[in-house]
Amino acid sequence: MIKAIIDGYEINVEPGTTILDAAKKVQINIPTLCYHPDLPATAACGICIVKVKSAMGERILRACCTPVEEGMEIITNDPEVIVIRQNVLQLILSNHPNECLECERSGSCELQQLAWEFGMKSRYFENIYKKVDEDDSTRIIILHPEKCIKCGRCLEVCQKMQNVWALSFLDRGIETRFAPAGDIDDVSLDDSPCIRCGQCAEHCPVGAIIVLDQTKVVWDALRDKQKYCVVQIAPSVRAAIGESFGYEPGTILTGKLYSALRRLGFKAVFDTNFSADVTIIEEANEFVERFVHEKKELPLITTCCPSWVDFMEKHHPDMIPNFSSCKSPQQIMGALSKTYYADKMGIAPENIFMVSIMPCTSKKFEITRSMEMFSSGHRDVDVVLTTRELARMIKQTGLDFAKLEDAEPDHILSDYSGAGTIFGSTGGVMEAALRTAYNLITKKELDNVDFEQVRGLEGIKETTVNIEGTEVRVCAAHGLANVETIINRIREAKENGEELPYHFVEVMACKGGCIGGGGQPYGVGISNEIRLKRMKGLYDDDKNSAKRCSHNNPYIIKLYEDFVKDPLGETAERYFHTSYRERVTYKK
Amino acid sequence: MLTMKDLPEKLISFIQTWKEKEGNLIMIFHEIQNHFGYVPRSIAFELSEILDVPVARIYEVLTFYSQFKLEPPGKYIISVCMGTACYLKGAPGLIEELEDMLNIKQGQSTEDGLFEIQSVRCIGCCSAAPVLTVNDDVYTKVEKSGLKDIIKEYMNREKAESNKAQVTSK
Repeated sequence: MIKAIIDGYEINVEPGTTILDAAKKVQINIPTLCYHPDLPATAACGICIVKVKSAMGERILRACCTPVEEGMEIITNDPEVIVIRQNVLQLILSNHPNECLECERSGSCELQQLAWEFGMKSRYFENIYKKVDEDDSTRIIILHPEKCIKCGRCLEVCQKMQNVWALSFLDRGIETRFAPAGDIDDVSLDDSPCIRCGQCAEHCPVGAIIVLDQTKVVWDALRDKQKYCVVQIAPSVRAAIGESFGYEPGTILTGKLYSALRRLGFKAVFDTNFSADVTIIEEANEFVERFVHEKKELPLITTCCPSWVDFMEKHHPDMIPNFSSCKSPQQIMGALSKTYYADKMGIAPENIFMVSIMPCTSKKFEITRSMEMFSSGHRDVDVVLTTRELARMIKQTGLDFAKLEDAEPDHILSDYSGAGTIFGSTGGVMEAALRTAYNLITKKELDNVDFEQVRGLEGIKETTVNIEGTEVRVCAAHGLANVETIINRIREAKENGEELPYHFVEVMACKGGCIGGGGQPYGVGISNEIRLKRMKGLYDDDKNSAKRCSHNNPYIIKLYEDFVKDPLGETAERYFHTSYRERVTYKK
Repeated sequence: MLTMKDLPEKLISFIQTWKEKEGNLIMIFHEIQNHFGYVPRSIAFELSEILDVPVARIYEVLTFYSQFKLEPPGKYIISVCMGTACYLKGAPGLIEELEDMLNIKQGQSTEDGLFEIQSVRCIGCCSAAPVLTVNDDVYTKVEKSGLKDIIKEYMNREKAESNKAQVTSK
């Protein structure tokens, strides 16, 4: 242990602990701007400077990247330190537009917050920022380079955490700018390898990277008397939306959400957890086809995550035969609402307007990614709103969310098993599929449906499951940087004709899975602590469910009896399955 | 479009020897630039595949160092001296005037590929400031009003060359 003094308080910390982390032990939060708990410290901004007295004399050092040394005497705030921090802010503000009121991040901007805390009432330096055109080429992730404070978080996320390499710093010094990689002026984000996961926006401390807001489209639809507006909510939304209304992360608010959506004017409220159960029926059957009947190649790789699908189509097209043809729960719900539901209710499908509430930015892309997303003869899902956008709509209406009474959904497409709700967490799809695959193969029920080994935040989680004497090797990966390793292992085994390392692989692009998606509330900023709380919320929801397995959900059984008939059958094929193709990046 | 096939054998083997080494991007792109006069986009993309380095990283390096050129250089490179003496005698004004006349910025070349403007540090004839060179020709005590004639001189030279070429081809 290392002994040091912070603001007069003695601390004992493990070697390697930074001053920033050590200060937290004595209840001091040193301000940060470029630092993010998900990422290595880049020491770019200088707001976290502290005074350090040691054998080397008194120095001004950055708390985020300086490890505590034996006998250090650290002063985290005194008048001089505060003036230096104010100067750092003045310099950043001299190159930042004064447009807070029009900015998407107003109210959740880390720079705005610091400017308030440090009393930046006037600008000391002449403002030199240059207006740059926004890049809205992806129509989802929008870049505002002139608001960038060069903290480098988005690059670290895009390049290292996600291994996507769509964003880069070009030029240098005062000319430095973040931009889609590849060339000087003419390459847009849409030309780059961007997969629209939105993690860059989720980590941006300011409004330099934002997500398209489509609340107006939904308001217009709700006010249109011709349209019959229906809505679905994804598993992870219920575990995170509370953060926008003062709840702890991970508080499950399903009933209040149903209630709020009805009050907004939706005529029917569905739950994506139900269609997640459908996905499991199809995917588990697909797995059995491949595993038991050897109809197609193993391993089977999950495809519920549209960013992962996009990534694979761009970088690993040779894996297409291994991809599950099963659509994501969002798309299955879209198709069901405009076929099965429309038919039952006697509503013309063209009048149904399907809105989905997702924790995800890439889902906005998924609804038009191929012709199969129009399987009902119409666009299966009309608009996707993120959790943040829904929270904004609720606030606009003035609804007192916390005081809303729980409401019921429209049961026909809503009642879910615990397997459906854990779809939102890394490992959840795998766990849900195993519960049903076990039943399909053995015709028995599992004694214990909890697969603890595929839960948690470890980047790659591997385990073997014994199904009647046969070992099934499974793996769940999240954060796309972890996927490369797995894909290479599979590819190598295939090439050398060796035994496959896995039979079943689950991939989610975002760290933690959908609960950590790019469309979730900004709140105090994403971190592992918040991811774990949201995950726990979903696993508790699972534990409290009357049915834990998709195949035991009575509404699923009825859906198959009434409408789908056989899993992987003709109807299922038409509405629940899709195909993939290789895509090129850098078309220009 | 230029491809790796346009590279001489020697350069290909140079790339092979540097392929796995640290710091290879700078070494390889120096040689590419020596050969083509700039780093062609198509070559940068091919090298991204060969070296297994993302395009993003390649352009981070290429744009960080002002030494690297990403566009073909002009036939006549106008280098305006920005050393102390020339600077004080009005070199920045010369650059501005040239940029207006040719409708390009420093480091760019005209659409017809004829001219390129760049600024250079002291070229060692301060007594004759401000100084500029066009390829190997030196112009001293240059005034804004004289720039038009300098440009015209090279345009005429170009015209004469292309006429000559036409005559010989006939």
